Amino acid sequence: MRNTLLQGLRPPLTESAPGNDDPELAALASTVKEAAQSALGRSLAIRHVDAGSCNGCELEIHALGNAFYDLERFGLRFVASPRHADVLLVTGPVALNMREALTRTFDATPEPKWVIASGACAADGHVFAGSYAIAGGAASVIPVDLVIPGCPPSPAALLKGLLALMRGAK
Amino acid sequence: MSANPHHSPASETEWREASRRLAAGEATLVSLWGDEGRMRMALSEPVCSLSLVEVGCGDNAFPSVAAAHAPAVRLERAACDLFGFTARDAPDERRWLDHGRWPLRQPLGHEVPHDGAPDPYPFLEAKGSGLHQIPVGPVHAGIIEPGHFRFHAGGEAVVRLEERLGYVHKGVDRLMRGASLERACVLAARVSGDSTVAYAVAFARAVEGALGIDAPARAHGLRGLMAELERIANHFGDIGAICNDASFALMHAHCGILRERTLRAAKAAFGHRLMMDAVVPGGVAVDLAPDGAEAIRALVREARATFPGLVQLYDNTASLQDRTVGTGVLKADLARRFGAGGVVGRASGRDFDARRDCPYPPYDALRFKAPTRREGDVNARIWVRIDEVGESLDLIEAMIARLPGGPVLAGLPSSGGACEGFALVEAFRGDVFAHVRLADDGSVARCHLRDASWFQWPLLEAAIEGNIVADFPLCNKSFNCSYSGCDL
Repeated sequence: MRNTLLQGLRPPLTESAPGNDDPELAALASTVKEAAQSALGRSLAIRHVDAGSCNGCELEIHALGNAFYDLERFGLRFVASPRHADVLLVTGPVALNMREALTRTFDATPEPKWVIASGACAADGHVFAGSYAIAGGAASVIPVDLVIPGCPPSPAALLKGLLALMRGAK
Repeated sequence: MSANPHHSPASETEWREASRRLAAGEATLVSLWGDEGRMRMALSEPVCSLSLVEVGCGDNAFPSVAAAHAPAVRLERAACDLFGFTARDAPDERRWLDHGRWPLRQPLGHEVPHDGAPDPYPFLEAKGSGLHQIPVGPVHAGIIEPGHFRFHAGGEAVVRLEERLGYVHKGVDRLMRGASLERACVLAARVSGDSTVAYAVAFARAVEGALGIDAPARAHGLRGLMAELERIANHFGDIGAICNDASFALMHAHCGILRERTLRAAKAAFGHRLMMDAVVPGGVAVDLAPDGAEAIRALVREARATFPGLVQLYDNTASLQDRTVGTGVLKADLARRFGAGGVVGRASGRDFDARRDCPYPPYDALRFKAPTRREGDVNARIWVRIDEVGESLDLIEAMIARLPGGPVLAGLPSSGGACEGFALVEAFRGDVFAHVRLADDGSVARCHLRDASWFQWPLLEAAIEGNIVADFPLCNKSFNCSYSGCDL
């Protein structure tokens, strides 16, 4: 029975990788100043920080690990500690109750490091902009290298964003 | 359940009587929230008949409900933070949502400027020889929402867990105030992203109740379809994730495929993987795509073909059962007292499902079971989810087969004067309560949305007691409470 179950996970479920000529990927890559690949090679350790999201973004970030997107084939993986991370993937409009936790996570991440603001809230606060309880986007608290738009960004969009950060502008 | 509520005049006697009935188990607390100059409460009697009670807060104080009824504690603390009220004789006077980090206090009451310096937060103590504390969070190791867990442990065993939440508070209640219905619905859809459909339906039904209108029949059918797709997507995800927390990754991988297929069917049918902003007051904003019905039918066929094998795998893997059976037991009596909704309640014998017990369309015309278990452990919570997936697949087929034709959106009256309405809707996690008060100009004067997690989080503290610290992720995932849904 377990053999049968393992079979179901084999290709062709896996989506093909977006090429360098993918317009969405190229557009994202053109916004990246310094490609991660030139500093770190073909592997990135990612630490996710929820800074006040509605948890929609987290659902799609989780989906990156499923058999369709299979994040780890690109050398991308999520790590449990900021000390092990190259990239902080920040979601949410940065609730003021999370601001210190976010800056401390950033400070705990060793150089060189990159920050991705993932989703419309992390970009600029989105529908929560103007609230007394938020800072309004990740860039208002820590330096951001790349913004991935969407509410929430689909796994395909997240993947393109992460690959764009690796490759940078060509 | 979205008709204009029975309205009780502000009276302290009636308020105290309601608290007494809650404490005596004669009624269940549905929600407790602040409004302009008053506190309000929704209770349900043994069979779901909802009533509202309120009490004026003339001197900014009101008699504490939590003093007699523990499930009210956090809702009461939250209301006091937002409105600046004082609950007289409250058992816990610590702030809940307000960590002292905002530029102001009492954002919905009489605002007071604040310097944003964090307040100290004394955790409850556990005393005994050899006890130690383990602080966890707010930033956790996985891809999950932030919150702080303070464990007191004796060796490996948890003696006390205390949760501290509020980290993702975004000020939804105040953003709602004065918002147009369109904007308010967008906000409601982002209270807890995993339940975006359920929240939008709850909000829309409360508004429709206030305005005295009804959505077209086809809209009800489509709302039901979306709600059931949301339910199975989350249940697939949770069943896999719970097993993954017991280091059984194979189940996680397969359930991840079913979840992804569900989201893709949702995208094909309604244009968005999570179906955000698809439900609006008056009906739905998107009709079923031409090939949407077939995409959903294909999903049901695939789930019927593969899911039973996964259930068998779960049932026949002794090493996995060893982790889930007897772990994190929630006693039936506690589940009843706290009015625990959803899977958490039904796995501990609380036979309540808003779809069946406070019926609303399209469920009022459909037959389905609300599966329950009595054991209250992680295993029972997995089985309730498994059984609910089966019921939902049947419901989805029936809904597609019976989907009425016609329009999907009814026009809203321009302004019906000040009015209010409420609704109780079954999300995948449990019942979502929505209360909406509209102003003369048709904008939102006050919108209160209560997630099922308000009553489930405290029960997790009880369920983990005596378990080993290493089983906490397993227990936590089997509850799968929303952080954002309570922090608002």
